[in-house]
Amino acid sequence: MSALVIIAAITLFALYLGVRARRGHDMSLEQWTVGGRSFGTAFVFLLMAGEIYTTFTFLGGSGFAYGKGAPVYYILAYGTLAYILSYWMLPPIWRYAKNHHLVSQPHFFSRKYDSPALGTLVALVGVAALIPYLVLQLKGLGIIVATASYGAISSTAAIWIGAAVVTSYVTISGVRGSAWNSVVKDTLILAIVLFLGIYLPLHYYGGFGEMFHAIDAARPGFLTFPAKGSSVTWFQSTVLLTALGFFMWPHTFGSIFTAKDERIFRRNAMVLPLYQLILLFVFFVGFAATLKVPGLKGGDIDLSLFRLSLQTFDPWFVGVIGAAGILTALVPGSMILTSASTLLANDVYRGMVSRKASDATVAKLARFLVPVVALVAVGFTLHGGETIVALLLMGYSFVTQLFPAVICSLLPHNRATKYGAFCGILAGVAVVTLTTTMHLSIGQLMPFLPDALKDVNIGFLALAVNVIVFAVVSAVTQPRSVEQTHAPVH
Amino acid sequence: MLLRVLAALPFIGILLGVPFVNRVEPLVLGMPFVLAWIVMWVVLSSIIMAIIYRLDPSNRQLATDAEEVRS
Repeated sequence: MSALVIIAAITLFALYLGVRARRGHDMSLEQWTVGGRSFGTAFVFLLMAGEIYTTFTFLGGSGFAYGKGAPVYYILAYGTLAYILSYWMLPPIWRYAKNHHLVSQPHFFSRKYDSPALGTLVALVGVAALIPYLVLQLKGLGIIVATASYGAISSTAAIWIGAAVVTSYVTISGVRGSAWNSVVKDTLILAIVLFLGIYLPLHYYGGFGEMFHAIDAARPGFLTFPAKGSSVTWFQSTVLLTALGFFMWPHTFGSIFTAKDERIFRRNAMVLPLYQLILLFVFFVGFAATLKVPGLKGGDIDLSLFRLSLQTFDPWFVGVIGAAGILTALVPGSMILTSASTLLANDVYRGMVSRKASDATVAKLARFLVPVVALVAVGFTLHGGETIVALLLMGYSFVTQLFPAVICSLLPHNRATKYGAFCGILAGVAVVTLTTTMHLSIGQLMPFLPDALKDVNIGFLALAVNVIVFAVVSAVTQPRSVEQTHAPVH
Repeated sequence: MLLRVLAALPFIGILLGVPFVNRVEPLVLGMPFVLAWIVMWVVLSSIIMAIIYRLDPSNRQLATDAEEVRS
């Protein structure tokens, strides 16, 4: 009962804070989507860090450590490298977005390459990656509430309530609602993860060293990368690939636009790697669970954190953990929802259907689309079968395909053309879809390679095809005269 | 140039270093050696980025710098 009260209180508070965030701001398109480009270091920091602390890391990070062991280390590595890249990559993106009043990632493409068609393609790729990601958040939310309320609220009911809360505050406050809630979320999650990650190993094993010794003795090889499968080569290629894709998520890319000046990114690049270390404590929880609540298989490994907590703590504290878990679903969920609706309204509708639509029309449409997108996501969450699982696996690889075109567009002399970018992205996405649905690996495709290279992440194949098509098509479609390269600006 | 070289170090440490440290013993701060190696590079990344921030001349001018609107 006490767990339920705490969960309900936090959910209501999130709703209140999300709605209140609107106060003092009239919600124009630029306000709703990118907070009027007025956010300071703290908000931008939290929005960008918000990407790392989703339900995926809270449940999935501990579950991954519990179920797979060493391969989980990769989560710690890719964000760090992505933040280093961000120091040079984000300021020019922000500058361009500010000068051109951009509100979304596809908007960036359509303006940079002067091609609304390219913008629409990028928007569709983005939505295809975002919806499954939202579904994942809602699924996580359902699991957390059902477990932490000791079954008093069913997972289905929790998903509906969660979706309703997010929809309300996103429709009203847009990205401001996400920003305010991320303050509460990060404070709570920071405290809880640090506590669990320190307390559980000490309580059950008497220390970190003792815990890892015990695991190593019980399951030799669990704490290092195996020779095959999730091997060192897998780690290297996956870390590099995910670091490149990190800022290509439409909602992360969109959060770049919320900053009020560009130095914020450089400053954040020093602090964000350290902030990531909180993930380490999420891993510790998963490792502590391996020997204490063994036997979880398949998708159930994600429950390891809660199983161990239920066995260890009083109900009220399980409620607090559950409340933190809910926020890890609501905040990223709200960012994804804002982003997906903006993509559909600004880049699919204005980009393809009605080029002349005003900002006010687009803003109205985007807010109208919020409940629609949320309903679709709830539908997939409750009835989604194999498709959604496949889409989820593809999400990261999808958005990574946008990386070459973004980087080229930042070069002082961009020789890439809109045709090149369009065909490259399309080819990359096609390869991702094909290899994922057919469960292909590099080893299967190229059995002649040495063993070490067989574990290279298949995503590299898609990226390579993308870059080759991008370069070839760009070379063929170079504009004849200088005039043609100058994009009209309004 | 120096800044970019500095920034490349974590990539080298994490991506190229891990094959050489893929073992459990000795534990460092209670963590398996390979995990401790990665954690060390995460911390070093922050330090390196702080040094870069200090050295980078673009952080000395005002934020609303003279970068002109393109086209």
